[in-house]
Amino acid sequence: MNETFVGMPAFPEAAQKALGNGTLRGNLRHATHTIRAKRAAAVAEVSDWAELREAGSRIKEHTLRHLDRYLEQLEESVTAAGGTVHWAADAAEANRIVTRLVKETGESEVVKVKSMATQEIGLNEALEAAGIRAYETDLAELIVQLGEDRPSHILVPAIHRNRAEIRDIFRTAMAGWGRPAPEGLSDSPAELAEAARLHLREKFLRARVGVSGANFMVAETGTMVVVESEGNGRMCLTLPETLISVAGLEKVVPTWRDLEVFLQTLPRSSTAERMNPYTSMWTGTTDGDGPRAFHLVLLDNGRTDTLADEVGRQALRCIRCSACLNVCPVYERAGGHAYGSVYPGPIGAILSPQLRGTASEIDASLPYASSLCGACYEVCPVAIDIPEVLVRLRERVVEGGPAVREGNRVVLRPARGHAAERAAMRAARWIFTHPDALRTGQRLASRARRLRPRTLPGPGAAWTRTRDLPEVPAEPFRDWWERTRGGKEETK
Amino acid sequence: MRVALFLTCVNDTLYPDTGRAVVRLLNRLGVDVDFPLAQTCCGQAHYNTGYRHETEPLARHFAEVFGEYDAIVTPSGSCAAMVRELYPRLGERARAEGRGEALADALAPVVPKTYELTEFLVDVLGVTDVGAVYPHKVTYHPTCHGLRALGLGDRPRRLLEAVRGLELVELPGADECCGFGGTFAVKNAGVSAAMGADKMRNAESTGAEVLCAADNSCLMHLGGTMSRAGSPVRPVHIAEILASTEEEPAR
Repeated sequence: MNETFVGMPAFPEAAQKALGNGTLRGNLRHATHTIRAKRAAAVAEVSDWAELREAGSRIKEHTLRHLDRYLEQLEESVTAAGGTVHWAADAAEANRIVTRLVKETGESEVVKVKSMATQEIGLNEALEAAGIRAYETDLAELIVQLGEDRPSHILVPAIHRNRAEIRDIFRTAMAGWGRPAPEGLSDSPAELAEAARLHLREKFLRARVGVSGANFMVAETGTMVVVESEGNGRMCLTLPETLISVAGLEKVVPTWRDLEVFLQTLPRSSTAERMNPYTSMWTGTTDGDGPRAFHLVLLDNGRTDTLADEVGRQALRCIRCSACLNVCPVYERAGGHAYGSVYPGPIGAILSPQLRGTASEIDASLPYASSLCGACYEVCPVAIDIPEVLVRLRERVVEGGPAVREGNRVVLRPARGHAAERAAMRAARWIFTHPDALRTGQRLASRARRLRPRTLPGPGAAWTRTRDLPEVPAEPFRDWWERTRGGKEETK
Repeated sequence: MRVALFLTCVNDTLYPDTGRAVVRLLNRLGVDVDFPLAQTCCGQAHYNTGYRHETEPLARHFAEVFGEYDAIVTPSGSCAAMVRELYPRLGERARAEGRGEALADALAPVVPKTYELTEFLVDVLGVTDVGAVYPHKVTYHPTCHGLRALGLGDRPRRLLEAVRGLELVELPGADECCGFGGTFAVKNAGVSAAMGADKMRNAESTGAEVLCAADNSCLMHLGGTMSRAGSPVRPVHIAEILASTEEEPAR
């Protein structure tokens, strides 16, 4: 787990803060609505989108079912092609491996391709603790790093920043990391991009070690795939002498044919492009071309635990496109930081509580960070039924039950803080299986209808803070039905 | 055809006008609808809050009460989706827990017979002009379960467009959730309220008098939001509009 997020408040409190930040809400609303519309247009162009979505879902489902076989095949292929494969059970082990590999090169800095896996394990912080500086080279990651900030979106980690804020960050912080921002830098996108380009170029040319993640790993050939837009990835993957890639176990696909599906669905779903500008693929090492040493760190970190849950495992199909974030009405208003994880939005709400468990306050609150509107499921290019998994995880929070943690079968206890709700649900269940009791309750409510309070105490206060209560009718429908024999004897 | 009205616990308790409207509308269209008094609740709130095992007795009760009918009509998109989409899942999960086929078998009969009101009108009765009169400016909010789980598509629109006197205006951001989401409305009250306020502003921007939807739980949240804010827009369930005639006009 990434230490940066330890001790995060539960989602509702964190979201409340974001709701009060007008600039943030404006930035997010503008950005998500823009990309939402573009994605819809990019997807609408493809006549067989539904089939591609189905194929992507099935390929991932098949691979996950035979994950052991494909991972071993991948290891063999990568090794045969001159790479070295390392297995990391958790974040700490992955960080130790990467730190050791960098130290063995004698270098004290690395350039990084944007990677969710390395963020998930908090690699930059671990490297820093070992005296190694990691330079983020993706533009948005650079903004986050320079601003000593946290990412708030999978694809656009600085989505919460507008260009004036970015200009200020560049002016203040660039000098501390290398080449300073040009004099008189304005907030025009072209000038900001040029400042980043000049700043980063030094690092590309100097770095001897590159660190990346992977979008896909092809088991049959041991080929790694990174898709990106800026070309920084291509630099980091080709210029250094040593390349270390950290990838979650679930990134493996069996064959090159399978890539054909995802290379269509991923760009359209994430950046709304027909094809992303740079697709880098490499297989082990090649004499006289590119890095001379290649290491692949295969990261579990809760993934096999997740695989054990029949409903929850579909979260591992995720290809990190972030389409679900962009359509989510809750993400749009709460912002990415409220999710307390490098995986925000709907996918984060089902990934974090599975990868990390539901023991912390933030993780136990994430399954509830959704109105279950289903917009995320609709746009997911691998058809992850996010609402279904959210409900499954709510069940795990309130009912507990069997689960796998760190490879062991355990029986989780219900989370604390749900006792009153559980009692209310049980009482409601009793009433709803006794129609006469329901009627008695309805009549009591009707009799007390004049007492229509403007505010309620307890949990009801959350309703009445912004909403009036409905008026209770003089009689419930069932009494009218009986009295008038279904309206046949109604007297006006 | 024996048709039952599953009014839902929320409508039965708080919105009997919607129930009366469904009865009047169906009777006018020649359907003799029954209201089995043993009906209670489909269990949606229990299920969606994570109490799947507490949901099972409610689902069984629903199947017992409605099993004998040929069609079950409900004026709620989310309750219809609960039965159609999630009852089969309850059965699957019980099976996966090693509890056999009993739950799945008990629930299976009611699943394909359960219709949301506009589906029943358009698909089963084959009508879009139900002979209604409603001289008001209306905007329609397609609720999430109706839109995405049931795929109601343009059925509600077609029904509304055929209503005499009704001026239907487009709701901006129509397919965005209103922020109700059952217990979400209180568990994440801040975000829920912000979503509701945005929906209200969108409805107000159309100049409509009436915000119409096919689910009273969403309208309870939006109506409560609009009433607190003193909004000129009022919430009305689609059944009440479709039941409205010159002789018996709805509000």
